Amino acid sequence: MDNKINNPANVLEVHNLKKYFPIKSGVFQRVVGHVKAVDDVSFSIKKGQTFGLVGESGCGKTTIGRTILRLAEPTAGKAIIDGVDIFAIKDKDELRLMRKKMQIIFQDPYSSLNPRIPVGEIIGEAVREHSIVSKQDYNDYILKTMEECGLRPYYRGRYPHEFSGGQRQRICIARALALKPDLIVADEPVSALDVSIQAQIINLLKDLQEARGISYLFISHDLSVVEYISDYIGVMYLGNLVETAPKEELFKHPCHPYTKALLSAVPVPNPDSKMNRVILKGDIPSPANPPSGCKFHTRCKYVMDICKTDQPALLDYGNEHFIACHLYKDGKLDKDLDAEEAEE
Amino acid sequence: MKQYIIRRILISFVVLFGVSIMLYTLVRLMPSDFVDLATANDMHITEEHKQKLRELYGIDKGIIEGYVSWLGGALQGDLGMSLYFKKPVSELIVKYMPVTFAVAAISLVLQYAIAVPLGILAARKQYTKTDYAITVLTFIGISLPIFFFAVVLRTVFSEWLRILPSSGMLTARATYNGFTFAKLMDYLWHLAMPITCFVLTSVGGILRYTRTNMLEVLNMDYIRTARAKGVPENKVIHKHAFRNTLIPLVTMIGGSLPGLFSGAAITEGLFALEGLGNMALTASYNSDVPYLMGFNMFLAVMTLLGTLLSDILYAVVDPRVRYS
Repeated sequence: MDNKINNPANVLEVHNLKKYFPIKSGVFQRVVGHVKAVDDVSFSIKKGQTFGLVGESGCGKTTIGRTILRLAEPTAGKAIIDGVDIFAIKDKDELRLMRKKMQIIFQDPYSSLNPRIPVGEIIGEAVREHSIVSKQDYNDYILKTMEECGLRPYYRGRYPHEFSGGQRQRICIARALALKPDLIVADEPVSALDVSIQAQIINLLKDLQEARGISYLFISHDLSVVEYISDYIGVMYLGNLVETAPKEELFKHPCHPYTKALLSAVPVPNPDSKMNRVILKGDIPSPANPPSGCKFHTRCKYVMDICKTDQPALLDYGNEHFIACHLYKDGKLDKDLDAEEAEE
Repeated sequence: MKQYIIRRILISFVVLFGVSIMLYTLVRLMPSDFVDLATANDMHITEEHKQKLRELYGIDKGIIEGYVSWLGGALQGDLGMSLYFKKPVSELIVKYMPVTFAVAAISLVLQYAIAVPLGILAARKQYTKTDYAITVLTFIGISLPIFFFAVVLRTVFSEWLRILPSSGMLTARATYNGFTFAKLMDYLWHLAMPITCFVLTSVGGILRYTRTNMLEVLNMDYIRTARAKGVPENKVIHKHAFRNTLIPLVTMIGGSLPGLFSGAAITEGLFALEGLGNMALTASYNSDVPYLMGFNMFLAVMTLLGTLLSDILYAVVDPRVRYS
């Protein structure tokens, strides 16, 4: 198969990504099963836009981010960036060169900065490694990148422990940005920060996107943050994408029962507003032993017989709205499930 | 930093004072004194005569009085005469320390030179055949008793192969003019087996320690960051990971300073080396109060210096640590 991106407007296309972790057991550590952390996921990210990935913890969001960057080896699938399938690269040096195209920002700014390396070197090391700028321009480039991320020039010789969480996350962003990547995977970049700092960091990410046209894969469990920053949103449940749509479409017309439950859980800052919370019963099933058919059927109140046996495919319902649910098989998208239920 | 070091040294004096009281009391509480032991085979000795000898050796006084006179001497730099070896204690320590120190220092350097790279390798190849092989060898090293291992070595190399001397430090009746290269080689030829014993029995611990710490560092997000930004793998290991593993290792090196001087009584005894450890054992058998005091106080000073050194090194390798 060729590695051409189907749509030239896309920066990254992920096809049928699977990541299984083997479960070993017994004296001889035989493989007795697999945790299907990511089970056949496909999506694409448009140039200069943000794809938000949401879902509860353990659903495979972070694993997707890490496998795309080959920080974890994928089990199967393709990830095409700039005409190259990242997963097919065997040579280590070749992979190393591809790294400058995609960068990552981790959730915990405390453990993601090496305590023994000063800030300037954290940002600059890979710039030299990939020869992003010439030697004469190196100093200016580092200072300029730091300034862009709201870091003062004299921070350069300081060590990470001298900074607060928000400043550390700025260092992480400056570090990723310095390589001029096309795509940044932001793995819950604000979850570990104060709410007041969260806004600053999110705005910084937005400003940088406007200035440089970078694309983000924004992973989060916080829907209000995702709503603010994303252009597209993908909802994950137990290793599968259950619904993807442009942001406005998804918030206006959530279709998958899981998306509905998720959206209804977003707190509204108005004490008088009455809301109909969709309460999900039970825990998220184990990805080592997922339910048959639609993985959500154990917690879905609209469950039908077909849900228990057939896994629904992620189908296009127009307006770039993709849903994996048997309820919409007949092509009716505007079906109001709650109203129907009320009639009964 | 300067103030911190001065403060630590001042505290050390207080600690040493306490240590000396405890040591002196313990040594004097031994059930039989030097005179009892030295005259044990003399059938004709009278209690009166023994008392005279005790006065002569200065061990007739009570513990407090004895301690005060020992302390008075020690403060003036006089550690007294060894009762058993019949020489001034300071002279004995100065004379036998170089060999003890040389053996221990060579062993220590070899231990770290072997253990650290292997520990890093085992961590990088966690749960592979390489890792398991290193682990098995490590546990053999840790669990082999040194006296048994020494005997095995001697049987193989001295009796079967006849390539190494079974004991001693220099060839008997060999004469050297000053410290020549030939003499050095003679020393090393004799010390090869004891040093091997020291190294192989303690490599395991350091190796496991390095491996554990390295594994912990390798799982940190900043290592993932380094890989994600495209730093070559050997730089990830040496610049990002190993430098952080160095922090716990440095404290361990400081802690081994007293060990460099204390010698190892058992190994020295087995190979008939003239080292401080074996001498201390002999002194204990004979209730040699001045020697035991001098030797143990020397070790106490080294222990305090070692901890101070490792605390200072800690600040050097870890930018998060600042003393004031």
